[in-house]
Amino acid sequence: MVAKRIIPCLDVKEGRTVKGINFVGLQDVGDPVELGAYYSACGADELVYLDISATREGRGTFTELVRKISGRINIPFTVGGGISSLDDASRLLDAGADKISINSSAIANPSLIDAIAGKYGNQFVVVAIDAKLLPDSRWMATTHGGSKPTDKELFSWALEAQERGAGEILFTSMDHDGTRAGYPCETFARLSEVISIPVIASGGAGSAADIADVLSRGRADAALAASIFHYGEIGIRELKQELLAQGIEVRL
Amino acid sequence: MVAIIDYKCGNLQSVKNALERLGAEYVVTAREEVIRKADRVILPGVGSAATAMESLLQTGLCDTIRSLRRPVLGICVGMQIMCRWSEEGNTECLGIFDSKVKKFIPCEGVKVPHMGWNRISNLESKLFKDIKGGAYVYYVHSYYPELCPDTIATTVHGKMFSGALKYENFYGTQFHPEKSGDIGEQIIKNFLAL
Repeated sequence: MVAKRIIPCLDVKEGRTVKGINFVGLQDVGDPVELGAYYSACGADELVYLDISATREGRGTFTELVRKISGRINIPFTVGGGISSLDDASRLLDAGADKISINSSAIANPSLIDAIAGKYGNQFVVVAIDAKLLPDSRWMATTHGGSKPTDKELFSWALEAQERGAGEILFTSMDHDGTRAGYPCETFARLSEVISIPVIASGGAGSAADIADVLSRGRADAALAASIFHYGEIGIRELKQELLAQGIEVRL
Repeated sequence: MVAIIDYKCGNLQSVKNALERLGAEYVVTAREEVIRKADRVILPGVGSAATAMESLLQTGLCDTIRSLRRPVLGICVGMQIMCRWSEEGNTECLGIFDSKVKKFIPCEGVKVPHMGWNRISNLESKLFKDIKGGAYVYYVHSYYPELCPDTIATTVHGKMFSGALKYENFYGTQFHPEKSGDIGEQIIKNFLAL
């Protein structure tokens, strides 16, 4: 059986990671390559690097960084942030990225999914969806950190993304993100029923129990988290031991 | 010298990086004489088997590859096109491995693509020297090679399939050793030491 994946997400601004504490044996927590290598050695199954640079220079730095990451890291990694064209995707593939993640650019231009998947394969395209629950019980995709509503309904948009060639869906509930109160597991489980490609759960993890919950009851294939790893609240290895103890298959 | 066959089909960067980390010399090439002289040959590949086979046919290297006598390693789609046939686009392949490549059918607990870390078992080759049965390797694929007499590793995703194949000097892995952490690095090291 394919193991459930644990994926730390690193935010990168102008070539430096912006969150994190210094772990024993890690020289520079601000160096995305060092931090990624550290997580990889701790048992991370994949890494996600999100470019949150606001400037052109910052974006250029990120491509160089992707090259360095791919030289050093021997597990798969995804890059996201500011990818809005096939050229952007090609540039990151050439630099060594295994997958790219697109979010608002896919909503603005859904055929971008077809274009990138058509050229580089479904496995290369992760479609990220930030959704919010409306009072009428519909989950609707949002952009700009949850501040801008869109006309895309979560389940139909996820299905459309799959049909257009997405290889995975990364779903974040903007109602749970940052709350550390756990994931909306029923919604994740339903998403897994609607689509047949893997689902990555993001946003809301406060404890190992939350992650166990979304991987079992929520039927997610992977869990992505940032703060709980960066601030050392849960070590990846101890998290995986905890999951294994609960009968969830993980790579240890 | 390792020759990585360049047939415009795939992300060569990670294979190059893996060889660099191991300190192996390599060349990315589509030139027949360079491939014939190489000590090791790697046939990478991503995307669809139909497209990959078409690109390989255009290089005119099919007979060259079949006639190689030094160790050859196909990775992922590179391995699939070394099989007999692929269901993907009903594609006639190189016919080195006696296996057919079929599509996974999504069902309860079986998502497609098969993406992530899964176990390899029934390891039967020097390619897996110092690797324990049950080790995790990284897979990303929607089509799989069936079990056959050339199977040297098995994995289960809904059903059991060939995780790796071997026929004489030809090897293939459906998983990505270049992305499989330290286990993958050991497998590439083993291939270089064959």
